[in-house]
Amino acid sequence: MSDLSKEKKIVLVGNPNVGKSVVFNTLTGAYTTVSNYPGTSVEVSRGHCDISGEKYLVLDTPGMYSLLPITEEERVGRRILLEEDPHVIVHVVDGRNLERMLPLTLQLIEAGLPVILLVNIMDEAERLGIEIDIRLLQDKLQIPVISAAMARKRGLSELRKAIESYQFRLATFAYAPDLEKDIQKVGSLMHGEYILNKRSLALLLLQRDQEIEDRIKRREADRYTEVEQAVNNIVFEWRVDLHLRINLERRRICKGLLDGVIHQSAGVPPVLSERISALSMNPWSGVPLLLLILYFGLYEFVGGFGAGTVVDFLEGSVFEEYLNPLVIGFCDQFIPWYWLNELIVGEYGLFTLGVRYAVAIILPIVGTFFVAFAVIEDSGYFPRLAMLVDRLFKKIGLNGRAVIPMVLGFGCDTMATVVTRTLETTRERIIATLLLALAIPCSAQMGVILGLLSGVPGALLVWVASMFLIFLLVGMLTAKIIPGEQPMFYMELPPMRLPQPRNVLIKTLTRMQWYFLEIFPLFMIASVLLWAGKLSGALNGLVSTLSPVMKLLGLPEQASAAFIFGFFRRDFGAAGLYDLQTNGLLNPTQLTVAAVTLTLFVPCVAQFLVMQKERGWRVSLMIFVFVTFLAFSSGWLLNRVLLASGLLL
Amino acid sequence: MKVSARAEEILESLWINTVEADENAVHLETLAISHDDQALEELLRLAFIEIHGERVRLRKEGRSEARMTVRRHRLAERLMMDILDIKDASANARACEFEHLLHHGVDTKICTLLNHPTTCPHGKPIPPGECCDQARQVGEVGVVALTELKAGEQGEIAYLAANDVSKMHKLMSMGVLPGNTLLLLRTYPTYIFKVGNSEFAVDEDLAREIFVRKA
Repeated sequence: MSDLSKEKKIVLVGNPNVGKSVVFNTLTGAYTTVSNYPGTSVEVSRGHCDISGEKYLVLDTPGMYSLLPITEEERVGRRILLEEDPHVIVHVVDGRNLERMLPLTLQLIEAGLPVILLVNIMDEAERLGIEIDIRLLQDKLQIPVISAAMARKRGLSELRKAIESYQFRLATFAYAPDLEKDIQKVGSLMHGEYILNKRSLALLLLQRDQEIEDRIKRREADRYTEVEQAVNNIVFEWRVDLHLRINLERRRICKGLLDGVIHQSAGVPPVLSERISALSMNPWSGVPLLLLILYFGLYEFVGGFGAGTVVDFLEGSVFEEYLNPLVIGFCDQFIPWYWLNELIVGEYGLFTLGVRYAVAIILPIVGTFFVAFAVIEDSGYFPRLAMLVDRLFKKIGLNGRAVIPMVLGFGCDTMATVVTRTLETTRERIIATLLLALAIPCSAQMGVILGLLSGVPGALLVWVASMFLIFLLVGMLTAKIIPGEQPMFYMELPPMRLPQPRNVLIKTLTRMQWYFLEIFPLFMIASVLLWAGKLSGALNGLVSTLSPVMKLLGLPEQASAAFIFGFFRRDFGAAGLYDLQTNGLLNPTQLTVAAVTLTLFVPCVAQFLVMQKERGWRVSLMIFVFVTFLAFSSGWLLNRVLLASGLLL
Repeated sequence: MKVSARAEEILESLWINTVEADENAVHLETLAISHDDQALEELLRLAFIEIHGERVRLRKEGRSEARMTVRRHRLAERLMMDILDIKDASANARACEFEHLLHHGVDTKICTLLNHPTTCPHGKPIPPGECCDQARQVGEVGVVALTELKAGEQGEIAYLAANDVSKMHKLMSMGVLPGNTLLLLRTYPTYIFKVGNSEFAVDEDLAREIFVRKA
């Protein structure tokens, strides 16, 4: 432990979309741990790197626009700066937008932090005809400045050298005299020891930063009244536009710093990516493009390749032909007790059901989904999709931003429920959680349902239409019922770019690792519960309790087993239907009704547990009851409609 | 020559009830005034109105004064709601008091400050003044919200109207700062604009808070 705490820390900061995670991955290699920052729900990646024999701990902070935080992510980013005592802070900026991003560099320097400025994405900047005089900028800023294109490893060795030989130098950049006077006045009233400069603290106090105020109050104790009075006086005097003034001053200083540094000549604009970007944002071409992406990315790649080819190989060949006979044979030979034998290799056995399911069926489907998701994510498509659906999503009480958890839900609803944290208001989080639990089928479930319904013409269409309709209807209703403000939509649109295979791989692996650690134990628990239910007869009891409900929906009694399994894993349930269909027990109408009801039906155990953790008992139980009720009543209604219209007979 | 405040009120409702309602004359009861009202006398003396039995008619001589009175009232309403942020029922009463102060070019200044609005907050037309016509002739656009720009148009950011600090801060961190040049790329389904080399998407509510001086 003592070695670990002595490790020097490198902290990466910067705006979103500047290639920070690429810098992180190139510095550290693939061995990353992603975990929540203590006491918060914000994820921070940690990794290690070796420079000339010395080991460093590298921390990747969430995107940050300024030292004055607005979102929880920014707050965590700043807390790392305040508490971790870094050896160096690498501020990563986009070479194309130096002027906009330099104000943060200024704030970091002014806080007295050990900063290295990494001007990234220089390859694309050069293509746009932007040239940056790095040496001149370095002289002006008095900190190390490195020109880089980290995706091509350009600038990596310079960065390592700069980290190794970092020497702290204090630099000050003056604001306008009237503002400067006020900053110094507040600064001079503070006497405690702080990690950040008093100058920087004074500015944050003047901008009414609650967290900083609390810290200073604690440190200064009795002296704080004087500080407070001075701050209030100044804030009142500048009441009209203090924030704006500070920001304008920073821009003025940055303009001065960049004078003679940036040379813009006529470059080659990235015609192709701009054209794709424009196409994706125009509703007329954007919607067809979205459908294409869904078809190839989701249907062909995840459904066809992942759920088809890979699952067939792993399940059909590896498990059925080699592993299962081997393990079953071994157990039959050495485990004579019926209950134990059943627990391991029985109908719901830990190995025959749990392991086989997790490894051979779910992993390939979810894995291919995560690959597709990372490719789309890295291409910069999501912000464009977000703007495209913003109007529609506003109607259901969300905003365009919610499209990311929603799309992720098609991979794994449990993970998507965790990601709803990134939404800004509690209202949005509740609506998103409900819709994920109700109308978004996860990839595992969808894989089985697509397989089931593809044999019946029209059934798939009815299923898709039902899901879409219920998604919108329930969304609109909850938006009306749950009080709260209309959400605001704003988003940066990063340039479209070709995803880096290495980055896609690392993202996929990190997500799969999370998935496996969270979900695998639940598979085991589900197996044990089903096994206990079977042996004790409780399962049969439950199945017969549900039978009347099945009758109402026009389904055979045996279908109730599928619904009970469905709670343990969404796809277990769907797989149960698969058995019924192969035995010829379901006609097309029954099949469609069962598929719709099951998709709407309560989320799996894992999702429910996560819902409870994120939203609390009250909300999650309400969602549970509502979803169950709605699933069966929609099934009942659909059955009536289909029978009356004779649509699928 | 200046008419009394009371007479201005009468001219105003005459304008609304005759010119805007496309009526020839209006009943004294509708205006809630009696025959022996002093202000009525005043207007009669000025030959701004004439009375036939129980009905009052606005004469040609009085039209211009009535028009300007309505204009001052509606400009006052706009000022109350847009700038002073008084949005409750009292806004109208206050506008009624305030309009009588908008003489001697004060109305022109307020009209220019409000960038020559054409309708009052209730959607009724504001009769244009000389300042509006002049501005129209020169083709001056002044400062408009981002929502007024067309795709492909460019302008200099003039100011941000957001009264919510975090909203304001968010915009500033995107580089939306007064003095920066902004190029509007799309207006549908959301507003897409470019500042420097970065593109941003904002919804209509936010776009309304960004004010731009058209280039």
